Amino acid sequence: MDRIPILRMGEFLLVTIQVDMHDRLAVALQDDLTERISQTGAHGVLIDISSLEVVDSFIGRMLANIAAMSRILDASTVVVGMQPAVAITLVELGLSLEGVKTALNVEKGMELLRTSLNGHPGGLGHGPAKR
Amino acid sequence: MSKISEILREHESDILSDWVKQQLTSSGSRPDLMKETEVREQSAEFLRLLAGAAQNGNMGDIQGASWTRVRDLLAGISRSRARKGFTPVETATFVFSLKQPLFTRLHKAHGSDAGGLFEDVREATELLDRLGLFTYETYQKSREEVIQRQQQELLELSTPVVKLWDGVLALPLIGTLDSARTQVVMESLLEKIVESGSTVAIIDITGVPTVDTLVAQHLIKTITAARLMGAECIISGIRPQIAQTIVHLGVNLSDVMTKSSLADAFAVALQRVGLTICRPTAA
Repeated sequence: MDRIPILRMGEFLLVTIQVDMHDRLAVALQDDLTERISQTGAHGVLIDISSLEVVDSFIGRMLANIAAMSRILDASTVVVGMQPAVAITLVELGLSLEGVKTALNVEKGMELLRTSLNGHPGGLGHGPAKR
Repeated sequence: MSKISEILREHESDILSDWVKQQLTSSGSRPDLMKETEVREQSAEFLRLLAGAAQNGNMGDIQGASWTRVRDLLAGISRSRARKGFTPVETATFVFSLKQPLFTRLHKAHGSDAGGLFEDVREATELLDRLGLFTYETYQKSREEVIQRQQQELLELSTPVVKLWDGVLALPLIGTLDSARTQVVMESLLEKIVESGSTVAIIDITGVPTVDTLVAQHLIKTITAARLMGAECIISGIRPQIAQTIVHLGVNLSDVMTKSSLADAFAVALQRVGLTICRPTAA
């Protein structure tokens, strides 16, 4: 079975979803990611979904769940690169991913993670005050 | 036995010349919109097809297969007239004005047979009325198509997303927001956010006359979707009346940043992307 690779970058974990998500893949990702967070003691998780074109209620809920689980394991999660169509779908499904940080691209997402890790929690959905 | 089809066939050229004369002299004639030769051509074509259909087909049912060509011709004529700017009456008169020349011929053919004349006149009236109404309906349809196209164009025109600064977008909304428009607004805003890599978007609703729960719902959806993509939205230009309405309706805008004017919102947006405005000091 396919697995989504989880890369370690310093104290962060980087998850890049490059394939179409299906339900079992999402469940596997949830298992792997929680496992890796506790193993490595990472403080931040960045999930890049810029190649994700189709999303359903299950995948949307998995994203929210993964973020909530990471938070319990003391790692803040940033979802980056969501496509407009995906964003509209999630909103229409009533999944606004409360409590999940978001950023436009990986670069801004990393910045956001670093700032929040330095004890300056950035607001939801926007980048740090300084460029 | 009805003499209509027989008369149509035998006196085609006479009826045609009478009919065209009548069309050109009647008040429904529009020499500014349509040339005489064109009127003559359309009339001749219609008469020819009508004679053919009346001979083969059932007079009472113009939806039948034998009337297909007549219907197509009439649809084409009324569509072209609708586009040229004819009024509905002028368009329908095209068919109705055939009555008089046709009735004159029927009268002559029947002579003193009042009963037969009455039957034929009744049948012809019914037929031409149906065809006239069909023309009118097609006219109406093509006008509706025009209106629909214009609405679509208006929809696209009225939702510009402008870039105020590097990383700052503005969406000045003007006019009433309905579901279809909000969908377009939402899509164009989100597309533009991706395209320009902007982190702040200002939605200015100065030009929105009323805000009801539905509009507020749409706005919140747009803002949530933008947030999911990693951009923050600021609402500006909320008029006092609208602020009252929003609170009375119980719409929760507490998670959304609101500013009274576009200028205020822009100042905040610049701050968010790490820029400040300063006046150059005189050296």
